[in-house]
Amino acid sequence: MIAIFLAATAFITLGLMLNKNTFVNYSLVLVYLALLWGFIFLQYRQLNVLQYDFFRTDSLAILILFAMGVVSIPAFFHGYRYIYTRKEPPRSRGFFFGAMVALLSASAMVYMSNHIAATWVFVEITTISASVLVYHHRNIKALEGVWKYVFISTISITFVYVGILFLSLSLKHAGVTDLSFDSLYANVNNLNPFWLKLSFLFIFTGFTVKLGLVPMYTAGIDAKDKAPAPAGALLSSVIVNVGFVTIYRVYSVVARTPLQHWANTIIIISAVLSIFVATVYMTRIKNIKRMFAYSSIEHAGLIMLGLAAGGIGVYAAILHVFLHTFVKPALFFQYNQIYRVYQSKSIYDMGQYFKYNKYGAIALLLAFFSATAMPPSGLFISEFLIFQSLFEAQHFLILIFVLILLTIVIYGFGSNVFKLLFTPPVNFDESTVPRVYPWESFSQYILLALAVYFAYFPPELFVNLLQDAVRLIPVN
Amino acid sequence: MLETIVIKAIAVPWFLSYVIKRNGITREAEPYLPNFVSLIIVTLIIVITIVLSSAIDDVNLNKTYFVVALSTLFTGLYLIVSRKKIITHIIGYIVIENGVFILSLAVGNEMPVMVNLGIILDIFAGVLLLGVFFNKIGDVLKDPEATVFKNLKD
Repeated sequence: MIAIFLAATAFITLGLMLNKNTFVNYSLVLVYLALLWGFIFLQYRQLNVLQYDFFRTDSLAILILFAMGVVSIPAFFHGYRYIYTRKEPPRSRGFFFGAMVALLSASAMVYMSNHIAATWVFVEITTISASVLVYHHRNIKALEGVWKYVFISTISITFVYVGILFLSLSLKHAGVTDLSFDSLYANVNNLNPFWLKLSFLFIFTGFTVKLGLVPMYTAGIDAKDKAPAPAGALLSSVIVNVGFVTIYRVYSVVARTPLQHWANTIIIISAVLSIFVATVYMTRIKNIKRMFAYSSIEHAGLIMLGLAAGGIGVYAAILHVFLHTFVKPALFFQYNQIYRVYQSKSIYDMGQYFKYNKYGAIALLLAFFSATAMPPSGLFISEFLIFQSLFEAQHFLILIFVLILLTIVIYGFGSNVFKLLFTPPVNFDESTVPRVYPWESFSQYILLALAVYFAYFPPELFVNLLQDAVRLIPVN
Repeated sequence: MLETIVIKAIAVPWFLSYVIKRNGITREAEPYLPNFVSLIIVTLIIVITIVLSSAIDDVNLNKTYFVVALSTLFTGLYLIVSRKKIITHIIGYIVIENGVFILSLAVGNEMPVMVNLGIILDIFAGVLLLGVFFNKIGDVLKDPEATVFKNLKD
């Protein structure tokens, strides 16, 4: 089934890139969406079955796959609106959708991968397909963004490869060469701790480029800034999840060894620094798209804090990743309509958004509340649980520090969003404002509502899958 | 092994020389630090890796390869941070790649053939992509000596 899926993805990607007919293009996109959902459904039927030696859809994978499937629908829809309103030529449209298809399929493979080398291969494919999306505008700034993204990503992925080599060395002490996660779990007591330590350091550093943590977060910021907003939405949800799933799986191996405490320290340092960096930039940033991107850094830091704190924190981390997949794209999808009104990314050129696009403004306001985890938002639950886990793990200083930082983030984020929504813009020519339709904001409402639904009224199946995913990390 | 020879010894060098010729890049390396200082630093890197690896006691590890691999890796990183030209950054990346390849010999691991092929293809795709974008940089900037980008920032 995976082979069929990958073959169909390759076929659709090639078809999109080569064919210039509008009807064929959009048909292929719709066929892909149907294929993706069919695939996710069939994977759910085959839960925990080993496929082709390298893949196994466990509870974590199916949860993230489902979130990806949900986000992919509005991503393609807003991609269509983006291409349509800008009247882009067929060639650039084909590359845009083709790269999106490749990105989604490669990410799906990463979630399902049961072998660390297979993970590596598909993570690299996500980089390559994302680079096409970042370079969409083909101008000098897009070139700079894509250059930095590809370069930092390839260096990071090389780090991961070094980490995998050290891991194989560590595994050799157990007399095994099979690098699948099953085999790692089975031989966890015989792993050589020295090589495992080095391996975790390298793999963690490498995958931070996808999750968006210190030290490698910079590439992602430029990429999300220069990529078209629908692609930016995927970069800050699907790709962030790629980083999370990979780090989670490697951590689940380390967590079964006495090195867990050491690994937690590494993760906490990286997470707190990430939140700190995000805070510093979000208070002084004037480019609204980059501000959304920095907000992802902050959430990635919180997720990792939950993971490192353990206990309920692991549950909260997965829940946070899941909900963040809905909330962050809502902001990015709304961004395009903002840009169409003001023709600028700078907060100085914006204002009184309520006047020009009422439904969009409400969507943005709700998305702001959601992204800053204020109580009606779904992320409030997961963030609250993360803080609870920090409290239970007795990381009081970290807890206080992070809470102060988050307050500053809300201030920075809020002052920009409220300026955009309410303050009248300076020197703004109203006559050029195009008509923005209310239904373009519809998907944002749905996404935000889904985040609330899954946080406050979780279906039993969802909770069971979540608890099963948490079991990958042993309780001690 | 064959795929490694084809990709690393034939395809990548050929492609890079094509990129260099197409963009008319000259030999000046324009380092941030004088070459003498670089020489000292790279020597230090090698000495430190020798000292480090002598502290490791592992029968599964080929020490000679390990020293070469680690020092190559860090030299590559040093090349990237100490040079201004973008083409030198690509070469630094390839130096790192070569270090990683020797590291895989040092640990003597056996990856499944399919995975190995995927890895080597990905590396090639990475270099190819960097080269293609480098060509674009040369076209857009009209400057064969393209140096670092400084536009995207906060």
